[in-house]
Amino acid sequence: MKSQQKIVIFSIIGLILFFIISGAIYKNQKSNDVVAMVKEDSALLERDYSVSIGNKDAKVHLVEFFDPACVTCADFHPLVKDIMKKNEGNIRLTLRYAPYHSGSDYIVKILEASRKQGKFNETLEMIFKKQLEWEGFSGPNMKVIWPLLSQIGLNIDQLVKDMKDPKLDDLIAQDLADAKKVGATKTPSYYVNGKPLQQFGYEQLKELIYSEL
Amino acid sequence: MVSDEINNNKTWIFLFFAFVVAMIAMLGSLFFSEIMDFVPCTLCWYQRILMYPLVFIFIVGMMPYDKKVLKYSTPFVVVGWVFALYHNLLHFGLIPESASPCVQGIPCSTKYIEWFGFITIPMLSFIAFSIIAVLLYLIKRRDV
Repeated sequence: MKSQQKIVIFSIIGLILFFIISGAIYKNQKSNDVVAMVKEDSALLERDYSVSIGNKDAKVHLVEFFDPACVTCADFHPLVKDIMKKNEGNIRLTLRYAPYHSGSDYIVKILEASRKQGKFNETLEMIFKKQLEWEGFSGPNMKVIWPLLSQIGLNIDQLVKDMKDPKLDDLIAQDLADAKKVGATKTPSYYVNGKPLQQFGYEQLKELIYSEL
Repeated sequence: MVSDEINNNKTWIFLFFAFVVAMIAMLGSLFFSEIMDFVPCTLCWYQRILMYPLVFIFIVGMMPYDKKVLKYSTPFVVVGWVFALYHNLLHFGLIPESASPCVQGIPCSTKYIEWFGFITIPMLSFIAFSIIAVLLYLIKRRDV
């Protein structure tokens, strides 16, 4: 009896260890693949149309794939801004869209249209700050968003017009295709100088950024 | 008495193998979803719901060996096997996708892997449920 119990316990431990080790090897391998892929084709992380914030010649290039409807993205936005402020001029942030929630692509179009009016940052701040108010189960609640947009001082008629630009659909499709290629299946996904953030978390992100500074 | 003990030992080994298969199925499916980031479809969830408890039922039934383990595990294996069969028929195109319950999210006809041209994730599930079913049948034949 005793030996049977030992066999069971050892096989449980063995199988779990095998799972953990092979998982770590797989993730590491995947991360190396992404680093190599990005080195070959840097456009995967930044297209010429992509939003870029901060000093052009900054030491650290941080790329974030985000979804305007994603709660964690909203939580992390001020944290990233804070890190950038503390290292003024040393970090450049590129924002890429990964609208995985239903209706999120509509918000992306609002952001891109607001960019034409020079109010991208204000709009993004508002979208994240008021996320709990406008986000519904089946998509964004536009009744809440429109008044907020005009409060910022956006010309709504122009905004609606710009949102109909078919180029925006191509832009979103391109961002989603790039996200898939570099493995940004969850949002937010971060890349620091082409290296993916392997273990998600604020401390881990900070560590990765500071290791490149 | 002695032959009874030998018999018990053999059935224990069958049960142990059933446990190993269930555990590999559980960790394997977790590997696909948590490490390779494959999103499980609805049918995969039903099969998981029926496979994961088997691991724990078998562990309890092995330490020490308890004949009743058969009674408790059979419903999970039978229902899980039927789901796996249905999912495979869907993959082979024998049941049209329109007749499947998965319309939102990830369609159950999505093939994430295709090793050697025929081993898909639902196929692995079907193989696992089948092996466990055979092992349980062997235990039943010896125990009665």
